[in-house]
Amino acid sequence: MGSEALIDAIRTTLGPAVEAVMDSFGDPVLILRPESVRASMAALREPPFDFAVLLDLTCVDYAAGEGRFELVYHLFSLSRNVRLRLKASVAAADPVVDSLAGLWKNAEWLEREVFDMFGVRFEGHPYLRRLLTYEGFEGHPLRKSYPWRLAQPRIPLKDNE
Amino acid sequence: MSGFDFLTTRLETALGWGRKFSLFHYPFITACCGMEYMSAACAHFDIDRFGAGLTRFSPRQADLLLVVGTVPHKLAPVLRTVYDQMLEPKWVIAFGACAVSGGIYRNYAVVQGIDRIVPVDVYIPGCPPRPETVLDGLMKLQDKIQNQKQDWRWARKP
Repeated sequence: MGSEALIDAIRTTLGPAVEAVMDSFGDPVLILRPESVRASMAALREPPFDFAVLLDLTCVDYAAGEGRFELVYHLFSLSRNVRLRLKASVAAADPVVDSLAGLWKNAEWLEREVFDMFGVRFEGHPYLRRLLTYEGFEGHPLRKSYPWRLAQPRIPLKDNE
Repeated sequence: MSGFDFLTTRLETALGWGRKFSLFHYPFITACCGMEYMSAACAHFDIDRFGAGLTRFSPRQADLLLVVGTVPHKLAPVLRTVYDQMLEPKWVIAFGACAVSGGIYRNYAVVQGIDRIVPVDVYIPGCPPRPETVLDGLMKLQDKIQNQKQDWRWARKP
């Protein structure tokens, strides 16, 4: 199955969950509706698509607009040797999306990182807490609204600036 | 009592001489500067020539703290604890641009210079510093140790 045929088959299977299909330097990019992320990923993980590997899960903050936070998923199919990128925008007011931790074990830490850095909540995650920053850290440092260079020291520091 | 002044001076000189050539160092290595530390510590450049060859992997047995690499805020309490665990007399070298000033990392995560956490005796700049620079910094520390007032009552530093 070629790339075009694969995308057509995915669109047929997922139906209205796919909002658009784009092309990024020759790689297919699917735009998903945020509420259908979990079901779409579950379908893509199984044969015939067989995207068994979640390569990466990250987020982009576009600072403005209704769909401010854009989640980016990278899937890889070992049997097809095909990569697939999927994106889903979530609202700025209450960024929440379904967790993929039940599908791929590595999604647990990837989602914890996105929660830590962007404050996107993942519904159904077994232990959604900060991954990179520390206890007592306030805010989400990779949000565009996070104050520029604001450090949150854990111990009193001498001021040498 | 001038004779005793003479004795004290000689004692300070002897203590300084002994201390500067028996630096047991604790490498607090967090980043890529560690490669240059290894290069300086191993046979090619060999800090053992300056009496600093004995690496201790416990701060309680060390008197020279080498802070090699970036120290983020998450790690700051650890560095402070390691410093507090060392016995007097003790010295600290900030090794590399990140330890000196935060280096290229001016953001929410990185401490802007370890002198905000612990007192630093010698700053070694460079990203990373050449081993020759490290040896130069080590010799500067030895000069400092030789010429400083020897704190043989082991009073705490401020």
